[in-house]
Amino acid sequence: MYKLEHVGKVFADGTVAVHNVTLDIQAGECVAVIGPSGAGKTTLFRLLNATLLPTSGCLWFDGANLVSLSGRHLRRLRRGIGTVYQQHNLVLQLRVIHNVLAGRLGRWSLPKALFSLVSPQERGLALRALEQVGIPEKLYTRTAHLSGGQQQRVAIARALVQDPDVILADEPVSSVDPTLGRTILELLLHLAETHHKTLVANLHAVSFALDLFPRVIGFRQGSVVFDLPSAAVDDATMADLYAGTATTPVLSEST
Amino acid sequence: MSLRKFKAQTWHAWPPPEAPHWNLGALLAMLVVGGALAASWHIAEIEPSLLFGEQGRRHIGAFLTGLFPPDLSLPFLRLLIVPTIETMQIAITGTVLAIMVGFPLGLLATDRLWFAGIIYEMEGEASGWRRKVRYSVYLMARMLLNLCRSIPDVVWALMFVRVVGLGPFPGVLAIGVSYGGMLGKIYAEILENSHEGPIEALHAAGVGKFGLLVYGFLPQACTSLVSYSLYRWECAIRSAAILGLVGAGGLGQQLEISMRMFQYHETSTILIIVFVLVTAVDHLSSWVRKAL
Repeated sequence: MYKLEHVGKVFADGTVAVHNVTLDIQAGECVAVIGPSGAGKTTLFRLLNATLLPTSGCLWFDGANLVSLSGRHLRRLRRGIGTVYQQHNLVLQLRVIHNVLAGRLGRWSLPKALFSLVSPQERGLALRALEQVGIPEKLYTRTAHLSGGQQQRVAIARALVQDPDVILADEPVSSVDPTLGRTILELLLHLAETHHKTLVANLHAVSFALDLFPRVIGFRQGSVVFDLPSAAVDDATMADLYAGTATTPVLSEST
Repeated sequence: MSLRKFKAQTWHAWPPPEAPHWNLGALLAMLVVGGALAASWHIAEIEPSLLFGEQGRRHIGAFLTGLFPPDLSLPFLRLLIVPTIETMQIAITGTVLAIMVGFPLGLLATDRLWFAGIIYEMEGEASGWRRKVRYSVYLMARMLLNLCRSIPDVVWALMFVRVVGLGPFPGVLAIGVSYGGMLGKIYAEILENSHEGPIEALHAAGVGKFGLLVYGFLPQACTSLVSYSLYRWECAIRSAAILGLVGAGGLGQQLEISMRMFQYHETSTILIIVFVLVTAVDHLSSWVRKAL
């Protein structure tokens, strides 16, 4: 699904955010990316969902080289990648249904998109997505009135409606409490499994990664430190990943 | 007991803050402002004795006593009905025209829709010339907006009176153009202040620019856009009343006639009507803004 070869990203101000990353992610895999904050995980995700252009290396998604695409082709490719963000990134002024249906916008014509704001299109689709994330009763609620956890569910529903091949989840549970975080992650994994999606999640809580994901990638200072099956990750590996950083692995969140 | 002790300790633990140094910047600013004021006093030929001297006092007195009582006689009020409606119409049509001018120009003048921000992160070197084209369109829109609003509405009205003749129409055009310039600039600013997160999310899902505008920028900006447009409508009523002074119809024309004829009690009636109109629109628009 993804193939990265020596991918690097240097920002205009000279900051090296991602350095020489080589990765292979197969279709249907569920992968967790962990590492101290400031390791460049979010930048990596922005490279993966084609909102940032790598400054070096090659990045293939589904056989297409991201670096060489532009305009319409790039937009079509982005449709195949659904992203769930830490801050949900919903339009709070709109009703839930419009935020969910926003996942369809990449496929809709402009008149249809406009008309949908007046009279929502494909309501059934939006309702089914909300049912899968467990809040069908919020279909017509104004998004600003939802709690953080509910907003994250709406964001997941938006990704479902988009029907992508890959779901990227960038710190999806950092802004909700740990119990809810686990529930939301289990939901994501369950959805990925039932819909045969690839799932790549960037996690702050190490325990979630080790408990729930079969494959774990350790990321530090813009580079891959380890890439192991979660069973093979031991204390020494973890200590190495977080050595010398102010953050310590968050282990106690899985209560 | 320990609190007082703690306070005493902290007092000794840290040295008292140093007395501030002379703030040279502030001093310089004061000198510049003071100098500018003194110079303009001289250049603007300010002569308080003209205003408060014997003759000035007499004129002020005549004017003020002339204002009272306002002429509320039925024939005069009946005469004012049509100009009042005309003023309202100039303000409403002018504001609608201003929105029609300002909205498209405002979109063209929003940098995040054309070359800045997350939407254009992936833009490679290859599309350099396209970026330049979009950037020049953006600059032209900005310049056009600046031109529209840097010329006062009264001057626009004078020009349009020359072009289309006397009456309310030049007033509508004047408000449309000058207010269009103001609206367009503020629209662009409001749109540029939208949160980037939702825009990034839609963009990353393969949504095109129109989708981003309709589902990302506009819903976030909607309340501010409407309430600023309403505020401008309020201002347009005042402008519409003034524009008549240069021949663009409405209450202003009556105002000018009454002042020229020294009929100050008629002047005060017209001023009262303008005041009532502006207050009414103020209440109406604040009610609408609350309902949003």
